[in-house]
Amino acid sequence: MPDATGLELIAQDIREADPDAVLDTVFFRGRATLVVEPRAIRDVLETLRGKGYGFMASLHGVDYWPEEPRLGVIYELLDMDSVDRISVKVRVHTDRPHVDSVTDRWPTADHQEREVFDMFGVVFDGHPDLRRILMPEDYEGFPQRRDFPIGGEPVIFTFNEDHVPGYPD
Amino acid sequence: MSTPADIAAQPLRDRPDEELLTINMGPHHPATHGVLRLLVTLEGEVVRSCKPVIGYVHTGIEKTAEDKAYWKAIPVVERMDYLAYYFNAMTFCNAVERILDLQVPRRAQYLRVIHLELNRIMSHLVWLGTSALDLGAISMFWYCFREREKVLDLFEQSSGQRMHTRYIQVGGVIEDVPPGWADKVRAFCREMPRRVDQYAALLDRNEIVLRRLRNVAVVDEETLLGLGVTGPLLRAAGNPWDLRKAQPYSCYDEFDFRVPVGTVGDNYDRFKVRLAEFYESVKIVEQALEGLPEGPFITDDRKVALPPRHELSTSMEALIHHFKLVTEGYRVPPGEVYAPIESPRGELGVFLRSDGSAKPARVHMRDPSFVNLQVLPHMVQDGYVADLIASLAMLDPILGGIDR
Amino acid sequence: MEIERHHSQDLLRGLSEEDLERHVEERVLTTTLDRALHWARGNSIFPMTFGLACCAIEMMAIVGSRVDVARFGFEALRATPRQADLIILSGRISIKMAPIIRRLYDQMLEPKWAIAMGACSSSMGVFNNYALVPADKFMPVDVHVPGCPPRPEALMHGIVKLRAQVLGDPDQGWRERYRAAGTEEVVDAPVEGAQADNVFVGRGGETSGA
Repeated sequence: MPDATGLELIAQDIREADPDAVLDTVFFRGRATLVVEPRAIRDVLETLRGKGYGFMASLHGVDYWPEEPRLGVIYELLDMDSVDRISVKVRVHTDRPHVDSVTDRWPTADHQEREVFDMFGVVFDGHPDLRRILMPEDYEGFPQRRDFPIGGEPVIFTFNEDHVPGYPD
Repeated sequence: MSTPADIAAQPLRDRPDEELLTINMGPHHPATHGVLRLLVTLEGEVVRSCKPVIGYVHTGIEKTAEDKAYWKAIPVVERMDYLAYYFNAMTFCNAVERILDLQVPRRAQYLRVIHLELNRIMSHLVWLGTSALDLGAISMFWYCFREREKVLDLFEQSSGQRMHTRYIQVGGVIEDVPPGWADKVRAFCREMPRRVDQYAALLDRNEIVLRRLRNVAVVDEETLLGLGVTGPLLRAAGNPWDLRKAQPYSCYDEFDFRVPVGTVGDNYDRFKVRLAEFYESVKIVEQALEGLPEGPFITDDRKVALPPRHELSTSMEALIHHFKLVTEGYRVPPGEVYAPIESPRGELGVFLRSDGSAKPARVHMRDPSFVNLQVLPHMVQDGYVADLIASLAMLDPILGGIDR
Repeated sequence: MEIERHHSQDLLRGLSEEDLERHVEERVLTTTLDRALHWARGNSIFPMTFGLACCAIEMMAIVGSRVDVARFGFEALRATPRQADLIILSGRISIKMAPIIRRLYDQMLEPKWAIAMGACSSSMGVFNNYALVPADKFMPVDVHVPGCPPRPEALMHGIVKLRAQVLGDPDQGWRERYRAAGTEEVVDAPVEGAQADNVFVGRGGETSGA
C-alpha cells in the first residue's frame, strides 16, 4: 500500500491536472483510498495506470444509505511490480446514478459493472452491454440497496401459523 | 486439411453452404460444471462467439450476510465458493480482523494454513476428477474422489463437518485439533505425492489428453491481465503472481514453497500448473505440521472471541462476554477494508464495510471465478466445440462463486 | 410355506365363482406382476446428473467408491431428462432456475421421482431471502433429505427410503395437486413446419391422461 504520504503525493499529482477531481483521501488500516468526482473517474484511473497501477483487481458497489450521496462504486487497483494497492471511490445520488464506464480501457470491468448495475442501479454510460447479470432479465428493483427488503418467507411458529398466507395449503 | 483459422479467413459470402447457428448450452448440461448457460454461435464445428449467461444459482449471499452479526455471517459467506469453503471464511475473517486490528495467535495461523492447503488439495482433486470426466477419462473421477474422502475425513476429525465447517473464526480457529490428528495428516501427506504421480502417469502420458490440451485455447498474458484474471490461469501464461508470495498473510512467508508457472498459456499448461500445485501444497502442510507452535488457538480478546466454557461457571465477566457475544455480537469500528487471499482459483477478496454496529454494512466478495469467466470467449474463439468443453474444464469455474 | 397355503385356501373357500375369479385375477396375478414391475423399477432407477451447488459435490461423492450408489443399480446417470427417472435437486434453487427445473421435471417420463437434497432445496436453508424458492412451491418432491450439505450416507438413506417406497407401490395420486400426473410437453397450436413426432398438439389445453 502507498503509505499516507504517498497517497497525498498521488492526490496532489491528480489535483494538478484536474483541480477538483479529488474530493478526499482516506488512509485506514493500511489501505489508501481516493474519493473522486464521478465525472473524472476515467482520467484518474488513467493517471494511476501511468503510475504503475495497471491491474484492476475488483469493482465493488456500495449503498451508503442513509448518508448521501448514496451509491458508491469502488475500484481496486493493483501494481504488480511493486505490490501496491490503491482504491478509488466515486459516489452518486440515486436520482442521477450515472458513472462513465471504464470497460474499454479495463476489460475486466465488463461483468463487474453489470453486477453493480444489477444490484444497485448505477448506470454505466458507454458500457457495451448493460443488462442484468445475476437476477432474471425482467426483475424489477435493485436487490442490494439497503432499503430493498431482504425477502424470504416467515419462519412458521405456533403463534403465527394461522396468519401466514398459504400455510398449510 | 484447412484449420479453423483458414476457414475463417475466407469471407462468409464465399461459403454459401455454411451459416451460423446459435445454440444454447445449459444451464442444465453435463459438462458445464454447474448451472452455466453458454450462448454459442457455431459455424459447423467451429465456435465463432460464446456468451456466458449466469445468475442461475444467485443466492443473495451478500444481502443475507448484511442481515446477520459478524459471527453468524461466517457460515453464510462460506457457502459461496463451495469447493474452497475455508478460503471464503478466511478472507472474511481476515477482513474483520484487519478492521478490528486484532492479532491472531501463531498457532491459529498455522492451523489455518494447514486447513487452507488441505482445502486447496481437495479443490484441485475435484477439478482433476471432473475435468478428466469431461475429457473422457472417466475412471479418474473415482480415483480423485477416493483421495477427497481422505481429506474430508481429516476435516471431519478436526471440526466435525465434512464441508462448510465454520472452522475459521474471527481471531483464530474455533477449536484445537484433536490429539493424533497431526499424525493422520502426516500419513496423508506421505502418500499424496505418490497418488499424484499415479494421476500424472494416467493422464500426462496419454496421447489423447495431450492432443486435446496442447496448444489449445492459448490466451496471451496481456489479455489476461486486462481481464483481471488471476490464479492458475495467469500463472500458466507465465506471470508468477501468487498472493501467498506477494502479499503474505497468516505466516505464509515462513514456509518454503515454489509457485509453478507455465510458459505457453494453453490448456496443457493450466493442467500442469494445477498438478504441480498438489506437491507444493503437501510441502506446505508438512512444514506447518513440523513447526506447529504451542499456544492458544483463538485470540484472548474476550470482546471478540467466546470465552472457554469452563470459565462460564466461575467468572462473571466471562458470562457477560458470552451473553453479549451470542446475542448481539461484537461491534466493529466503522471503516472499509479490501482483504484478498489466494484461493485455488485466483484472488479471492472481500470488501467489507462496517458502520459501527454489530452487523456488516456491505460484504462484497470478489470471486475469482466471476472475473475469470470473462476470459472464456477469448479462449474458445475460433476453436472446436470439443475444445470449448476442455477449455471450460481448465478454466475451473465454480458457479456458486460466480453467482453468489 | 404349508401355513401360507392353508391360509390362502381358507380365503378362497369363502368366495363364490365370479368373485373367486375376480379375486384371483386382481390379487394374485396382478399383484405379483405389479410387484415384479416395481422390483425392476426400484432397482434400476436412472438418476439425472443435476447438480446446482454445494450439495452436488456430495451427490458426486455418492457416485464415488466409498458410498457406492451403483450397488443399488443407480449407476447409470443420464444427463437427458428423457432418459432419467430420478431428479435429485442438489443445491439452492434461485428464482431464475426454478422455471427451468420445472421444465426439466415435465420433460421426464412417468414414472419419475424427485429428491430434494439438502436444506436449501427443501426450505431455502440458510438463506431466507429474495433470491431463492423452496422446491415444494413448484414441483412435487418425494423425499426430503436434510443437511447442509447432507453427508453422502444421509443421501443414501434418503435414496434407500425412496427405493423402499417404489418397491412397495406408493399411490401417486397426490401428484394431481401439482398437475404433474402424466406431464409431457404439450403445445396448444401446431408449430409451423414441425416435423417432430414427439410434439403433441393439445385439445383445448387439456393434458393427455396418465
